[in-house]
Amino acid sequence: MHITGNLLLDTILMAAVKMVGFVFVFVMGLATVLTWTERKFSAVLQNRIGPNRANIGKMRAGGLFHMIADPIKMLTKEDFTPDTPNPYLFRIAPVLALIPALLVFVVIPFGPGDNFQISGVDAGILFIFGIASLNVYSSVIGAWASNNKWSLMGGLRISAQMISYEVAIGLSLCGIFMIYGSVDLQQIVIGQGTTFWGFIPAWGIFLQPLSFILYLTCAIAENKRAPFDVGEAEAELTAGWWTEYSAMGFAVLALSEFIEVVMIGCLGTTLFLGGWQIPGVQGSTPGIIVLQIGAFILKTLILVWLQLTIRWTLPRFRYDQVMRLGWRILLPLALANLVLTGVVLAVIDRF
Amino acid sequence: MAKVVSRIEPDFARQAYVVEALKGVGIVTRQFVRNIFGRKDTPTVQYPEERKPYAARFRGRHRLMRRDDGQVRCVACMLCATACPANCIGIVAAEHGNPDIEKYPTRFEIDLLKCIYCGFCEEACPCDAIRLDSGIHSVPSMTRRDQKAGVLNLMAIGAPSIAMQGGEFKAESHGGDSH
Repeated sequence: MHITGNLLLDTILMAAVKMVGFVFVFVMGLATVLTWTERKFSAVLQNRIGPNRANIGKMRAGGLFHMIADPIKMLTKEDFTPDTPNPYLFRIAPVLALIPALLVFVVIPFGPGDNFQISGVDAGILFIFGIASLNVYSSVIGAWASNNKWSLMGGLRISAQMISYEVAIGLSLCGIFMIYGSVDLQQIVIGQGTTFWGFIPAWGIFLQPLSFILYLTCAIAENKRAPFDVGEAEAELTAGWWTEYSAMGFAVLALSEFIEVVMIGCLGTTLFLGGWQIPGVQGSTPGIIVLQIGAFILKTLILVWLQLTIRWTLPRFRYDQVMRLGWRILLPLALANLVLTGVVLAVIDRF
Repeated sequence: MAKVVSRIEPDFARQAYVVEALKGVGIVTRQFVRNIFGRKDTPTVQYPEERKPYAARFRGRHRLMRRDDGQVRCVACMLCATACPANCIGIVAAEHGNPDIEKYPTRFEIDLLKCIYCGFCEEACPCDAIRLDSGIHSVPSMTRRDQKAGVLNLMAIGAPSIAMQGGEFKAESHGGDSH
């Protein structure tokens, strides 16, 4: 086999290396750590102790081994299938949740240049919207195939909620595309490398603060986490649409939720926090590139932390409040933001 | 007349929600940081490793006290069995070789499933022979039979009593106050 000179094979090999490095090590790793962080973090801020029992020998490491113990338990316990006419659909739903959640990372630029983006799709953000919107099928199919009325109620709520917020999240990001003049995520990040008024970096959060708030709200709603977890609503619907899932099916659903948390962090970093850009640091030496990748990871972690904190701060919205917030507040705000951005851009362009 | 509950009408700042949400994030973060540096607000006791001491008045498993020579103090007078509201004490008396002692229990059984740990037996006893101060919480078992504590059982967690037979306390040097 001649790898040298074979461009196609080279490309595939490079993509595989990037995929393993970024998706499997960083994203999956962070999502796995988040299964522990979510519990420990909430415990600490609620004056509880949190998980601390799993141990290797005498070592407990603050319960860190729970993320090893959990998969072992999930793999060995009974994988229950309810009495449903559609066991096949029931089984396919977790897969449908995991694949789109992982797929969107393909276009995220985690460093400068093509080497640090798995695939430089021109229509990057549209690709993300297209893939991420497939997520709703997982919840709806899973809820329906569970043959359980709670699940069905949860599935109904989720389908309405996710489709509503998809409109708002799309419109909220349009301002960003207008300012940076591209839907290619790498171009958007490069566009954020400049400064305005001399010292403020031209990050999306400074140019489009309203858009950032709208994005974060809608993204959390898309991810179905508190305060938008009406589809799960354990006080009303047991566990809503994933009531019937146990063992690895449940684990995959939970993991894909955490992967989406990371995804919201990555996308938010890319669009609003300047991606891998560090203000005042330019150049392409290996040291600077490592620093920039580190900056990307740090910014992602900050947004992940913000999501966790919001999840443990705000109580769940009622279902009608969710719909009212989506259609009567977020959508008009997103439109107003769009119009305002357009007017300002036109004025700047003219003078 | 019905009490009129005043409602807080949300003003615009409240309804805008973002500021209030950020305030909430602030409170949560403050508590998080506070708990990272020392768990002053966490009341949890890590049970198997840490235990809270029981109160001095806690009534746990019974124990039968011993005389200085190790024999059971009980003289099988049946006062405890009479006082017991749950009827859980069964005593079979026998004549003792020592004429000063007269009687002793060949069987002294407490049905722990019936016992309500009221401590009446302890109060009724004239010889300081039975106490509920072992500090052992009622123990689980696999069979009902295991919940019958016999005389040897009860004596195993016993200790020499500091009381004289008849009521007065022994001198400190003499006694074996081991609890």
